[in-house]
Amino acid sequence: MTTSDAAFQSMWALIEAEAVDPADKPDVVGWLQRLCRVASRTLPAAGVGISVMSRGGEPATVAASDAKSATVEDLQFTLGEGPCIDAFSTGRPVFAPDLSVAARVRWPGYAPAAQEHGVQAAFSFPLQIGAARLGALDVYRDQPGSPSAETIVQALTLADVAMTGLLNAQQRSNQSDGPPALDDALDNRFELYQAQGMLAIQLGIPLDEAMIRIRAYAYAQDRALSDVADDIIVGKLLLQTDT
Amino acid sequence: MIATDRLAEVFVEVADTLVDEFDLIEFLQRLATHTSDLFEARAAGLLLADHRGRLQLMAASDERSEMLELFQVQAREGPCQDCYTQGTPVINADLTQASDRWPTFAPRAVAAGYRSVHAFPLRLRNQSLGALNLFSNEAGRMDATDIRIVQALADIATIGLLQQRAIQHGHDLTDQLQGALNTRIIIEQAKGMVAQANVITPDQAFEMLRAYCRSHRLRLTDVANQVISTPASVQDLMGS
Repeated sequence: MTTSDAAFQSMWALIEAEAVDPADKPDVVGWLQRLCRVASRTLPAAGVGISVMSRGGEPATVAASDAKSATVEDLQFTLGEGPCIDAFSTGRPVFAPDLSVAARVRWPGYAPAAQEHGVQAAFSFPLQIGAARLGALDVYRDQPGSPSAETIVQALTLADVAMTGLLNAQQRSNQSDGPPALDDALDNRFELYQAQGMLAIQLGIPLDEAMIRIRAYAYAQDRALSDVADDIIVGKLLLQTDT
Repeated sequence: MIATDRLAEVFVEVADTLVDEFDLIEFLQRLATHTSDLFEARAAGLLLADHRGRLQLMAASDERSEMLELFQVQAREGPCQDCYTQGTPVINADLTQASDRWPTFAPRAVAAGYRSVHAFPLRLRNQSLGALNLFSNEAGRMDATDIRIVQALADIATIGLLQQRAIQHGHDLTDQLQGALNTRIIIEQAKGMVAQANVITPDQAFEMLRAYCRSHRLRLTDVANQVISTPASVQDLMGS
């Protein structure tokens, strides 16, 4: 195991160990709520939120570490602007270390509204693998200031964990027997990304669905993702529309 | 040894490229090709590390899948991994003698016909960002001048990475790196889409994408994004 895997897995384990709050929603939303609570303590942050968005940028699911962060998370969609919306549309992390300065120009509605809830700095990290983008993870702080390098690394790793959890959840809803919970979605081999593109065209589906389809097939057949990707690339494997 | 006039040309071209609004991946690709040509190396590649320290290929002089494999395996082990983690160059490593040091990488590189390998760090102040990798099919040694020049080329890659936006804070660099790494993934996804639509290999699809960019004077990143946002147009786009 490399250190990068270790960081990913220890974050995952912390979420699994996180106590379930009676108010937690079921399924993946509850899991995301626990992720937000773990993130809020680890980073550190005053609060953490995750918005899962549709391809058009509409919020599909919102999870947060606490009620106040949930309100701030929702504010972005009410006002139509904010770090999470920018991170989702640009595919890049967004850093607003002082909402009272730069962010007032950038988000004239959101920045003062977030400040009323005690948020002075906000950072957002897209949940994405290439062009497959599912949402963003927001970090809220009650003091202005840039995040440390360590905080950035942890937040990006948490975004990877969230992305993986979301893919796993969608995959589970597609098949009766659930796959093992832990598998790093960011495999980093180009063949996997190429296979996603090929399958998206072959089946006429979006890239994130192609990604889920390949993962589901690999789990069902108990094969490595990279092997399945290689077979798709050389045309040895044709996944059907409803595997 | 390097031809000085050729080197001068490379630096002039690189400086020209950096002035315009440029495509980072194309810039790195050109830099890798120049590096490979200057040193009569068989292949050169540029790798950047992500937030978890995993090296990802950004551009190479030769991007056929056999070559990709040799870059990708270094995410776990190899000269680039050593160079990145230690922040110091790996120079004149004899691949035939390296199977203890790199049990996975070295035999694969030898099987691909390579004899020696080098890796130079991409550095920003005290931070290690990635590595410039050179493969040769001869056991030839780089001398002190060669080493200084390759390190200068590696430094130019770092400048290219910083050029697109003024880097004032630590998080600006994160923004750039994350954007660059994810863009490269988008290009791979687009390659797969073009390959499937045209019943060709991803390697051929990459050539097709690059030829299209050249003939239409478009940036690779923009064309890859276009392919992904309108998959239905993949065939029309490439056929025109």
